[in-house]
Amino acid sequence: MTPASLTPNRRRLGRTVTTRAAEAVLRALIYICGWLCIVILLAIAAFLVYNSVRSLREAGLTTMLSGMQWYPTSDPGRFGLAPLVVGSLLVTAVALALAVPVGIAAAVYISEFSGGAVKEVSKSVIEFLAAVPSVVYGLIGVAVLIPAVKDSFGLSSGMTALTGGIVLGIMSIPTVISISEDALHAVPVELRQGSAALGNTRWQTTYKVTVPAASSGIFASVMLGLGRAIGETMAVLMLTGNAAVMPHGVLESVRTMTGTIAAEMGEVVQGGLHYSVLFTVGLVLFAITFGINLAADLVLERQQRRWRR
Amino acid sequence: MTRLTRARRARATEQLARVVTGLAAAAVVGAAVFVVAYIVKNGAGALDVGFLTGAPRDRGRAGGIFPIIMGTIYVTVATAAFTLPVGVLAGVYLSEYAPRTFATRAIKLAITNMAGVPSIVYGLFGLAAFVLTAGLGRSLIASALTLTCMTLPVVITATEEALRQIPTDLRHAALALGATKLRTIRTVVLPAAAPGIITGSILGLARAAGETAPILFTGAVFQMRRLPDSPLSQFMSLPYHIYAQVTSVPGWNRTLVWGTALVLVGGVSIISVAAAVWRSIRRRKVTW
Repeated sequence: MTPASLTPNRRRLGRTVTTRAAEAVLRALIYICGWLCIVILLAIAAFLVYNSVRSLREAGLTTMLSGMQWYPTSDPGRFGLAPLVVGSLLVTAVALALAVPVGIAAAVYISEFSGGAVKEVSKSVIEFLAAVPSVVYGLIGVAVLIPAVKDSFGLSSGMTALTGGIVLGIMSIPTVISISEDALHAVPVELRQGSAALGNTRWQTTYKVTVPAASSGIFASVMLGLGRAIGETMAVLMLTGNAAVMPHGVLESVRTMTGTIAAEMGEVVQGGLHYSVLFTVGLVLFAITFGINLAADLVLERQQRRWRR
Repeated sequence: MTRLTRARRARATEQLARVVTGLAAAAVVGAAVFVVAYIVKNGAGALDVGFLTGAPRDRGRAGGIFPIIMGTIYVTVATAAFTLPVGVLAGVYLSEYAPRTFATRAIKLAITNMAGVPSIVYGLFGLAAFVLTAGLGRSLIASALTLTCMTLPVVITATEEALRQIPTDLRHAALALGATKLRTIRTVVLPAAAPGIITGSILGLARAAGETAPILFTGAVFQMRRLPDSPLSQFMSLPYHIYAQVTSVPGWNRTLVWGTALVLVGGVSIISVAAAVWRSIRRRKVTW
């Protein structure tokens, strides 16, 4: 048409070149960031392994895992991880004994028996419980639970596996509830209606139809709650007393793997054997939680695929 | 007759189940109410101007927590500065660019797994990677980078979900007008998804602000005379302060420590609630 329309065209052409260059840069950034999580995860594994090498070579993984004595500062240091692993498992077992029944029951109530405002309020409350920092849970445990455990069992100290486990249980409950609730919610309404049409009450429908249909998601919620409990640091560090000896019951002081790293890493010589052993403890923790999360993820994905149509 | 008893029994079981599961839910809500009430009851006495604006004295047994609040704000803002751009771009990749391949599945697995890595393991990683290998020393920036690794999965997931809720029609309309894919994302898709992205990110950052284990050996200190003045200086932090008081200060001042906990939980909650409310207002305004 008129020459006037040529100018904007030419300008547009010039802009296209710079835009293309900018777009190429931005697109490259997007791809890099997309892959970054894999890089970070691999880097975590690599740094843990790299720093564990010395202890794996000098002390050996099986010797450490089966060793019953943790005297890292004696000469020569003894690095038996068994009391720490058992300590972690004991605290986690207590936590799950509390979190699994309460969490699943609460999820069933929220998903199947409540509606409207009650549902919304309880969901936000659970989100709040998940957002409270672990050090604050530790503080509440120190103020409330330690004296309570001490008095009710007549112990000399209230810092026990039970104390830490109860607080960990409360901390894991939001995970169990929210993922169980999601799983129950994802069960198609037709299944419930079919069951109701056969004359089942709501509870009969729940335990005969809905819960079995959501079972893999509920299982995944327990796994993730377990992962959260075993990896939790600050609350257990403040509550379990941290005695690094093989415990004989839940009313004894225990030291967890996480607590050991947190308590000792500040004082070790960098690059020393003790330092390296603490990285091995981290590596063991990483391996455990990685396995748990991977399993939970696979289970959850299967569940999702089942109801997707 | 038998059918009647059976129906009656079913109704009784129904009531029982309702009560039992209801009690479990009530117990959880009760625990949350207890947590809030206990923190407020014990900490409210400490809150005054001197506490919020003063420096700690006598190893934290007296004085205020101003530099500690500032330390937490600094490290959280630095974490946000790292996490937001990277997390949003990664979310854009997953939602808009990633092919449906095994590699993409691996990225998603990596993200969910990162969310499950224990915070103390992030602390170890931060110490080995940022403090020692990268030579940043125990510093604000090393802590922020460590917290970034922890928060990234939250921001990425929030971004990806927010982007997926944007209707494809909107993208097609922009593409039909001649916009490139990237321009469509930048000018149409991202602004529309912003409320979801920002709120999800703030929730993740609020959690990072309360973390202790990742900053334990990467930069947080118990006592410091001044505010951090460079990214390489160390810093004080609210959660670390609470931990250090309880575990290593004999005769710690209960009121002040609970006051610190109240400031931490209160600050984190107010920001989270404000973000959630803002999102729901924005959602009501925008309809597709």
